Amino acid sequence: MQRLRSLIISQPMEVHEMHTKNVGTPVQRLEDDRLLRGKGRYVDDIDLPDQLAIMFVRSSEAHAFIRSVDCDQARALAGVIGVYQLKDFGPLAAKPMILANPSPLIRQPITQYMLALDEVCYVGQAIAVVVAENRYIAEDAAQLVVVDYEPLPVVMDARKAAMANAHLVHQNSTDNLAATLPWKFGDIDQAFTKAPHIFKESYYQHRGVVHSMECRGVIAQHDAQLDQLTVWTSTQSPFLVRRFLAQFLEREEVAIRVIAPDVGGGFGPKAAHYPEELVATLLAIKLKRPIKWIEDRLEHFLTTTQQRDQWWDVEVACESDGHVLGMRAVCTHDNGAYLPYGLLLCMTSVAPFPGSYAIGAIDIRLDCMFTNAVPTTPIRGAGRPNATFVIERTMDTIARELKLDRIKVRQRNFVQKEQFPYLTGAKLPNGIGIQYDSGDYARCLDMVLEASQYSQLEIRCKEAAQKGVYRGIGIASYNEDSGLPPYEGATVKVLPSGKVFVELGSCSQGQGLETIVAQITADQFGLHASDILVKLGDTIASAMALSTVGSRVASTAGPSVFLAAQAVRQKAFKLAAEHFNVSENEVHIDAGILFLKSMPDQKISLADLAKKLVAGVMVNVPQGFSPGLESTAYHTTERAVYANGSNVAEVEVDIHTGEVTLLNYWVAHDCGTVINPALVNGQIIGGVVHAIGNALFEHMKFDQDTGQPITTNLGEYLLPLATEMPKIHITHMESPSPLNPLGVKGAGEGGTIPGIACVISAIEDALKPFNVKINEYPLSPERLLCLIEEAKIRAVA
Amino acid sequence: MKDSRKIQVEINGVIFERMIETRMTLSDFIRHECGLTGTHVGCEHGVCGACTIHLNGQAIRSCIMYAVQAHGQKVTTVEGLSQPDGTLHPLQQAFKNQNGLQCGFCTPGMLMTCTAYLEEKSDPTEQEIREVISGNICRCTGYQGIVNATLEIANNKSTNGGA
Amino acid sequence: MKPAAFKYHDPSSVEEALQILAEKENSKILAGGQSLGPMLNFRYVMPDHLIDLNTVSTLDFIHFDDSIFSIGAMTRQRTLERNLELKKLCPIFSEALQWVGHYATRNRGTIGGSLSHLDPSSELPALCAAYDAKLVVRSVRGDRIIDFRDWGISFMTPNLEQDELLTEIKISPWHESHGYAFVEFSRRHGDFAIAGVGCLIALDSNQNIKRLAISIIGVASTPVRLFEAEKAVIGNRLHEDLIAHLDHEISLLEASNDAQTTGIYRKKIASTLLRRAINKATQRAHQSLK
Repeated sequence: MQRLRSLIISQPMEVHEMHTKNVGTPVQRLEDDRLLRGKGRYVDDIDLPDQLAIMFVRSSEAHAFIRSVDCDQARALAGVIGVYQLKDFGPLAAKPMILANPSPLIRQPITQYMLALDEVCYVGQAIAVVVAENRYIAEDAAQLVVVDYEPLPVVMDARKAAMANAHLVHQNSTDNLAATLPWKFGDIDQAFTKAPHIFKESYYQHRGVVHSMECRGVIAQHDAQLDQLTVWTSTQSPFLVRRFLAQFLEREEVAIRVIAPDVGGGFGPKAAHYPEELVATLLAIKLKRPIKWIEDRLEHFLTTTQQRDQWWDVEVACESDGHVLGMRAVCTHDNGAYLPYGLLLCMTSVAPFPGSYAIGAIDIRLDCMFTNAVPTTPIRGAGRPNATFVIERTMDTIARELKLDRIKVRQRNFVQKEQFPYLTGAKLPNGIGIQYDSGDYARCLDMVLEASQYSQLEIRCKEAAQKGVYRGIGIASYNEDSGLPPYEGATVKVLPSGKVFVELGSCSQGQGLETIVAQITADQFGLHASDILVKLGDTIASAMALSTVGSRVASTAGPSVFLAAQAVRQKAFKLAAEHFNVSENEVHIDAGILFLKSMPDQKISLADLAKKLVAGVMVNVPQGFSPGLESTAYHTTERAVYANGSNVAEVEVDIHTGEVTLLNYWVAHDCGTVINPALVNGQIIGGVVHAIGNALFEHMKFDQDTGQPITTNLGEYLLPLATEMPKIHITHMESPSPLNPLGVKGAGEGGTIPGIACVISAIEDALKPFNVKINEYPLSPERLLCLIEEAKIRAVA
Repeated sequence: MKDSRKIQVEINGVIFERMIETRMTLSDFIRHECGLTGTHVGCEHGVCGACTIHLNGQAIRSCIMYAVQAHGQKVTTVEGLSQPDGTLHPLQQAFKNQNGLQCGFCTPGMLMTCTAYLEEKSDPTEQEIREVISGNICRCTGYQGIVNATLEIANNKSTNGGA
Repeated sequence: MKPAAFKYHDPSSVEEALQILAEKENSKILAGGQSLGPMLNFRYVMPDHLIDLNTVSTLDFIHFDDSIFSIGAMTRQRTLERNLELKKLCPIFSEALQWVGHYATRNRGTIGGSLSHLDPSSELPALCAAYDAKLVVRSVRGDRIIDFRDWGISFMTPNLEQDELLTEIKISPWHESHGYAFVEFSRRHGDFAIAGVGCLIALDSNQNIKRLAISIIGVASTPVRLFEAEKAVIGNRLHEDLIAHLDHEISLLEASNDAQTTGIYRKKIASTLLRRAINKATQRAHQSLK
């Protein structure tokens, strides 16, 4: 099947002929076979000869000076190789860790030392490291290390941290403000002056802990003969980890190899660079033995970055028909104690405004506050679910206050189809104006309303109400800046055996990158995806990569793979044409064999073409051709590509217990060209469940006075389970992006980003008779009963 | 070494004999002493289910059992689900068909839980399947593909007359 | 999260286990391991000696003699769930066991372990409370029989000396026609109960309550029976005032707050569940009378 894609946009691109046998079909995943058999290779599955295990001694105080660390008893334990602090690694290590994503907006670019210097600022911060024959002994020894703390004042609540005379998270600071992010465009004063209606609401949002099923882990090995470091790490960013290791250790990048093996879920926090990676590497050099560190679940609670509190005060100015003139907001954001990842989480909390809507004026200020807790960095969707929650709840507020239909309010404000490509008016810090490339938001909302049979839903709710059962429907829309610039490179190469090989530095944590890359490549050679050999996640790759985050890889790596595969195909065709002495358009390919359509027995394999191009000593490469049947390509972009979608949720609330039952959930989704519909559906369903977790279950609690983390096991921190999840129904539409040759957009977050707003909206709808307003999440049953009680009291008063 | 024992455990039909500390968890024994890394460790406090194996045919969590306790017993891990010739267990194939895995970390635990259950009940309802896997946490799939895969087997079994 | 080292004991008889328990200080009994295992791995407990009862084959049994069930302490929750005799005569066990942990944990978890651990949200203690179970406790010094109402001393502390072992649980099924119900509310399937109510109710031919047992979990520091309120309602017909009586005894329970839930909420849930349990049990009582 051939699909001709002609893309007319401001920057014209070539017309592409794609043999879409693989792309667009639900090809079974290449990853599955080995993973199903238990033959995956996650970092803890790797045991190197002579390896040592390490365990960190971690702060039990949220804020303290370290008076002394007594390691004598620990060192004396049989099986312990040593116990080390920062000072044991020499002057090279005696500096703070590198801050990823620096920005002039950062007032206090504070990162932690890989092992504490003198001040600890969150429970779990690493103070010393025990090296032992195995993890059991290392834990025994860690218990014997005695740390003498001088406690310092603790501040956990970001709002308190923002007050004058607040306790200081860092003793040497003058305040707790890490950065202030403005996000402004349009004439906000005019919008608010002329608006007949202004509504104010405040929201509390909390996103919790990521809990990928595989915790973090690293194995570091130093080959002293080659002076080569090899680091396996459960990461989303092998190239960035290499870059930071190289900078910190003052080594050349080529002397460091970082490998992301199979990674059991990432969702954001594994994109950051962590102290454990540094310590393990330095120990491997120092002790001349491989060093292995595997995070246990308790450590994950304490030390893997989280995404916690945000408090929003929001005002919206609108006309009587619900048309929004402007939005203003101030957000106080809990950053945690350090800034390892810069301001990406904060940026993604404000940059989504105005969301799917054509709003003329926006004025947001986000204050990024230090607190004495583990740092916060993006988790699935990053700040986008947060921004979307504010935007979508605001639309519901307008509908409620003006007694309008909330669907109509959205339709009225959507960026309309004819307005694409749509410049919102906002500009990124680098000066690039935000432009939504393509989409039909109104149609997507219509699709989900149709899929959910919305009018039937409404009837069901009314019928239920008559029986004293409280049912509600929630709606939310979103768009997403996916495919974040600038690049993820790819190399496609035909090996001498004829095997088509694709190598990316990009890595996967379950998204099926191996499969979609194989699909894209296979289509160029008339092969099936399972014929392609794919290698991911290793910095040994020729093509550079950055990071698998923010739904960016399909639309950056995907087009790079396409360009490289296409270049290889074109070279093969050209050489084959010369070989047969025909013109290129007489050559065809199927199952990796090139042949002449007019004379099909005139054929040559990719293997033979590859051999011609690698040639040999004193054997020439065909004239006019460069050596090798391979190509490295970078699809490079300056701007994101915008996916979008709408969700509908149907819930039932038990007003005696506060329990919320999720009955059904619908997603209509537009991620441009769909490479593999099964994979996209899987991602969306997973994202909906994550959003449900955020809305109803997940709360990382800390003692507000001492800073002690309270919910530190999976019985107390509640992850969504199969029994509480609804059936999730998905429909797609495709508005291909004109900004890459495949037309793809990011696909991961069609449920994650609007899901929280959708579920909360549904609960509020169910409790309409009580006039309950829900401006917060997570929402426990107990809290819900409180809100109902408070509403009842207000009604009587 | 601290308190140690020599133990013999049959895993997937092969007897492993090792000298181990008595506090070594069964999951660590299987993974690092026997080299069968298909069984994964997700929490070490018996909640996430990633470490689920069969002990004498029953699904149990290997992270809160100690290797000594498996002495003289029969263990089956995910590596033992497929045939010696490599043919996938029907449930493994169903996971493939129904998109039942993404990162693969919870997958062995899911497979071991569901295969044990399907031996006891060949035609479970969707609700029953969800209850059985409520002891297994997945962060990627949202469970739907896993449920559909298990239902695929349940339905096949019932259309084949429970064979 | 690896446990601290311990000396492992695998006794082959109860006597051997009791001997070790008497001689070794800082020892812990390993039954199903579903509660102790996590505690060991977290190093919340660090016993010097771990006594594995799984190697004692004589504690896993369900006998029905002289109209009394004798259940060995190492009987798995799974076995209790499926035992046909128990299902027939004490169907509340089956109903309650659906709420106990998860499928895989019930394969290992034991009734003895549950009762000795005595988590305030645990279902099996609630059933034992409802049936006025008798617990057989043994040591090298001799045996004791303990009424279940005397079993829970305080939060997770049963009436067990350091050298004593729970070996057997005796349950007398109700002979008379009766109804039963076990209802629970938790955040997710298999989670610890925020509150749970077990109810056994027998009616006479005039629909008056002939016999009643209500046990509550999740509210007080141990599972409790509503003895006072039960006595007060005997001989009466079930109606809202009666339930209010039972409710009142719930309100007197001391329920503490924890990180997730307040005591007030637990009581509120218990009240809601009380009504649901009584209604369900009463419906079943009517059915059984027919």
